[in-house]
Amino acid sequence: MSLFLFLSFVALLSALGVVLAKNPVHSVLFLILTFFTLSAHYLTLNAQFLAAVNIIVYAGAIMVLFLFVIMFLNLNEDTEPHKPALAKIAATIAGGSLLLIMVAALRNVQPVGYDAATFNSQVGMVDKLGLVLFKQYSLPFELASILLLAAMVGSVMLGKRETGERNF
Amino acid sequence: MSLESLGWQGLVILVVFGISLLIATYCTYAERVIAAFLQDRVGPDRAGPFGLAQPLADAVKLFTKEEFFPSGANKALFIFGPCLAMITALMSSAVIPFGSFLKFGTTVVHLQGIEINVGMLYVFGIVSLGVYGIMIGGWASNNKFSLLGAIRAASQNISYELAMGLALIAVLMMSGSLSLRDITLQQSVPGEWHFWNIVKQPLGFIIFLVCAFAETNRTPFDLPECETELVAGYHTEYSSMKMGLYLFAEYVNVFVASAVMSVIYFGGFNFPFQYELREWLHTSRGLSLDASQNIIAILGVVTVFAKIFAFIFFFMWVRWTLPRFRYDQLMRLGWTILIPLAIFNILLTGGLITTGIIPEIKQWW
Repeated sequence: MSLFLFLSFVALLSALGVVLAKNPVHSVLFLILTFFTLSAHYLTLNAQFLAAVNIIVYAGAIMVLFLFVIMFLNLNEDTEPHKPALAKIAATIAGGSLLLIMVAALRNVQPVGYDAATFNSQVGMVDKLGLVLFKQYSLPFELASILLLAAMVGSVMLGKRETGERNF
Repeated sequence: MSLESLGWQGLVILVVFGISLLIATYCTYAERVIAAFLQDRVGPDRAGPFGLAQPLADAVKLFTKEEFFPSGANKALFIFGPCLAMITALMSSAVIPFGSFLKFGTTVVHLQGIEINVGMLYVFGIVSLGVYGIMIGGWASNNKFSLLGAIRAASQNISYELAMGLALIAVLMMSGSLSLRDITLQQSVPGEWHFWNIVKQPLGFIIFLVCAFAETNRTPFDLPECETELVAGYHTEYSSMKMGLYLFAEYVNVFVASAVMSVIYFGGFNFPFQYELREWLHTSRGLSLDASQNIIAILGVVTVFAKIFAFIFFFMWVRWTLPRFRYDQLMRLGWTILIPLAIFNILLTGGLITTGIIPEIKQWW
């Protein structure tokens, strides 16, 4: 329980850091820390595979690309666009109502505990997850892979060199 | 796990940590000795017998150099960069099995920092984080050469991670387990002929090896610190021990990459006729089962380190033999050669498994 509280505390603090940091590079670094605390949460839920994949995909690949782009753009406090007050107020109201909706939706949730006698501690392991994905949910799994394939083909098309153009 | 085994495990973790650092230290010495040998020079021979105290002299030099902060640098991140590089480099050695197990009475000590069932993914995740140290350090230096080095490092690591992951998938298809200990144990079955994974995965190994060079930023892929174009790349502005940490982290990465390759493809702590030797020690020499197991385990540790040192030598040999790639060549090699080859390797492995040419793995332990 204390571990959960500690992890949640760090997760919330770093998530706030993402929004509040003035420097975009700091924001990215806070976001990486948030992903780490999420992975730690997965570990406490006995989902080792999910934790490792979260680190590899989000912290290891996507955030590197984020950082890459932000470093190229060379954003800093001087070049930060100053938004009008109306936009700030509108954003605050929109964000606040989203928070309200989420809290309201979760208010009546009965947390389902687990029965220690019947709980299978191996449920988050790779082989169990693989069996579930390929037996129970094989159609959604394949659909997701087709979606990824389409995205990949699209990005290759976008990145393809035009005839006569030389990139280097 | 009893308290006593937990204590032993803590000791093992400390030893693994110490060994990683010690090997990284002496890699700086070995690099210079090998460079001298390949270029027909004398090399470091002033400090201590055969120059063996050279790393200590280097450390004293690095610690006493002026600590310099470039103007306009982001100071916190400038310090954080080399720390992160070192942390991520040291973390991956935790899951590598350096030996089978020692047995004293009822206490069993596994010669591995921690055994987790997603060990390979753990190593892969930590390797993918390794680039942050370089990126943050390069960006925080407020220097365009550093920034270019950092950006090169990022794109290079992302590109070669893909091919590396695909090469590992072929191994996973055969092993059916992500645990590095399982993969090691599968490569030697008592009482029958069994080959290391290199025999079943030669193409995968070559892809993995090339990617390991790119991931550790070693020549011929050391474009992030390419001194002919970028002064010294991401560590242009670094001095004193912060610079030392970057250099150190590179050697720790080389050590870890060598260890991973020897575990996944070269049988790890297995050596030929180990079970026959254990049997012979037990029956003919009259040693107890535990004692013969311990002897095998210690020989296994010696074996795995021999393999690791061979790979470290290979890394250095390549560095002083091959010139550096051009950046577009590097990207073309990664995306248009290694990734299609790795996908072909996966298809090939799948075909060989379904036709039964690669036999199914037995869970014999």
